[in-house]
Amino acid sequence: MTRSALPGLAIATAVLVLGLLLAFTVGRYPVSLGDLVSVLLAKATGGPQHVSDAVQSVVLQVRGPRVLAAVMVGAALAVAGTAFQGLFRNPLVSPDILGASSGAALGAVIGIFFSLGIFAIQGLAFVGGLVAVAAVYVIGSMVRARDPILVLVLTGVVVGALLGAGVGLVKYLADPYNQLPAMTFWLLGSLAATDVSDLLPLFGPVALGTAVLIALRWRMNVMSLPEEEARSLGVSTGPLRVVIVAAATLVTSASVATAGIIGWVGLVVPHLARSLVGPDFARLLPAAAILGGGYLLLIDTLARTMAQVEIPLGILTAVVGTPFFIWLLAHMQRNWS
Amino acid sequence: MIVEGRELTIGYADHTVGSGLNVKLETGEVLALLGPNGGGKTTLLKTLLGLLKPKAGEVQLGGKALGAYSIRQRARSIAYVPQVHVGTFAFSVETVVLMGRSAHGNLFSRPSAHDRDVAHAALERFGIARLSQRPYTEISGGERQLALLARALAQEPQFIVLDEPTASLDFGNQGKVMREIKALARSSHGVLFTTHDPNHALRAADRAFLLRDGTRIAEGPVASVLNRAQLEALYGSPVEQLADPETGGAAFLPGW
Repeated sequence: MTRSALPGLAIATAVLVLGLLLAFTVGRYPVSLGDLVSVLLAKATGGPQHVSDAVQSVVLQVRGPRVLAAVMVGAALAVAGTAFQGLFRNPLVSPDILGASSGAALGAVIGIFFSLGIFAIQGLAFVGGLVAVAAVYVIGSMVRARDPILVLVLTGVVVGALLGAGVGLVKYLADPYNQLPAMTFWLLGSLAATDVSDLLPLFGPVALGTAVLIALRWRMNVMSLPEEEARSLGVSTGPLRVVIVAAATLVTSASVATAGIIGWVGLVVPHLARSLVGPDFARLLPAAAILGGGYLLLIDTLARTMAQVEIPLGILTAVVGTPFFIWLLAHMQRNWS
Repeated sequence: MIVEGRELTIGYADHTVGSGLNVKLETGEVLALLGPNGGGKTTLLKTLLGLLKPKAGEVQLGGKALGAYSIRQRARSIAYVPQVHVGTFAFSVETVVLMGRSAHGNLFSRPSAHDRDVAHAALERFGIARLSQRPYTEISGGERQLALLARALAQEPQFIVLDEPTASLDFGNQGKVMREIKALARSSHGVLFTTHDPNHALRAADRAFLLRDGTRIAEGPVASVLNRAQLEALYGSPVEQLADPETGGAAFLPGW
């Protein structure tokens, strides 16, 4: 039997539990552990509430949706990043490598530019991410090359740059007093505005895409081998690659549509998970999902408690992610275990 | 069982590498493919593996066109051992060998107890069972080559195709890999390997196929095909032949 993944999974789960406890209890309105447990118990069993309405409202209405959203977005970005790192055989790849984030960004700023409602903006962001990656995939497939993976990545970079120019143009044309701050805020990522109505449109795509990727986890190992080697092992790499890209893009676009652009999670968490359970995707994907949820939850708690004003998530993840990544480069140059 | 290329024209979309090639490999024999760089060895290898479509002619497996097999069926008949590489991710040796079982399960299946038994037996056979939990990226080149051989064997194929299995190995490991190649033929596998060293062909193969500029120079039993004149024609440079008067064995030295 292989080395047990249990200790690693236990640590990932502990991070998630710690994140959950802190996220519910810490904040401008502190909630004691006992109150938290009794609110959740009463909610779960349908029994009577023994805690004040204010505490109930903080736990269930204010923090509950935001906590769930943070866990889902973190898990989604981590799983997508893990899958893409395997697919592109490169541990420096993040979920937006094929333009999902830039497509979503363009969709969102266009929505803000035309003063659409929040759901229309999120819808445009979601569709923008999907369309961008689909375009990258179609263009990449039309280029006949020996190395389809490399062409795909390069196409993603080029299309991403073009979409970035589009975002820049819309920002330039936007009303600098109302629209531009809204765009900037969205582009930096935040879960501050999350409420219950955000959860279902987030949960559906994230659950579907994550389930597909985790179901394919045994094949992901083979997909991380060079193309011809994978095919000689009996794996139809072409169709499988489409499915993996589609699933990872689905979860990334849904996350970006809800929370804006949050970089680094999809890059850093797969490495942390790999150091916990090793590189075998069969255990890495579940571990990354759990750890990603806990990681973003901790960062989000930090974002809303560190200062008087909310700090955008994208800024915090970068501040935490950059030093970590430099450390990673220094210590793991030879192999990405 | 036989895998056979008939009147093959091989190459890529934009250029042709070789033509008029007939290759035949039976189970229980070892065929060595020799030739200068750029002469079409790898292209022929990939065509026989079904990774590259022939531009003309046909590859047949067991009397049926290779193209008629699904990619999974193919992988259960022909295994491929690529040139030793260090992977991107530090999978354990066991995980690497278990990947050889991919074609025996479906898209979602996890390795079964049987899969693990087969993988473990393959590790045992090549004497690297003790490395099963070590990261593939941290073992030696010779051990990596054996791990890839074990992965090929775990596919339970009839044929094993190896791309320069002795390149980049030290002298001792070269001998070890050649011994294992011969042993694979004894366990009724058909083995095809490419090499830059005629001595390796002489030592491990039954037959040799000499390929230059996409054309067959010679083919036949190693003892009759591998001689000074043929090798000089193949590589376009002088070759010295040594003979052991006691055993009648031969060896070749390049140059002069």
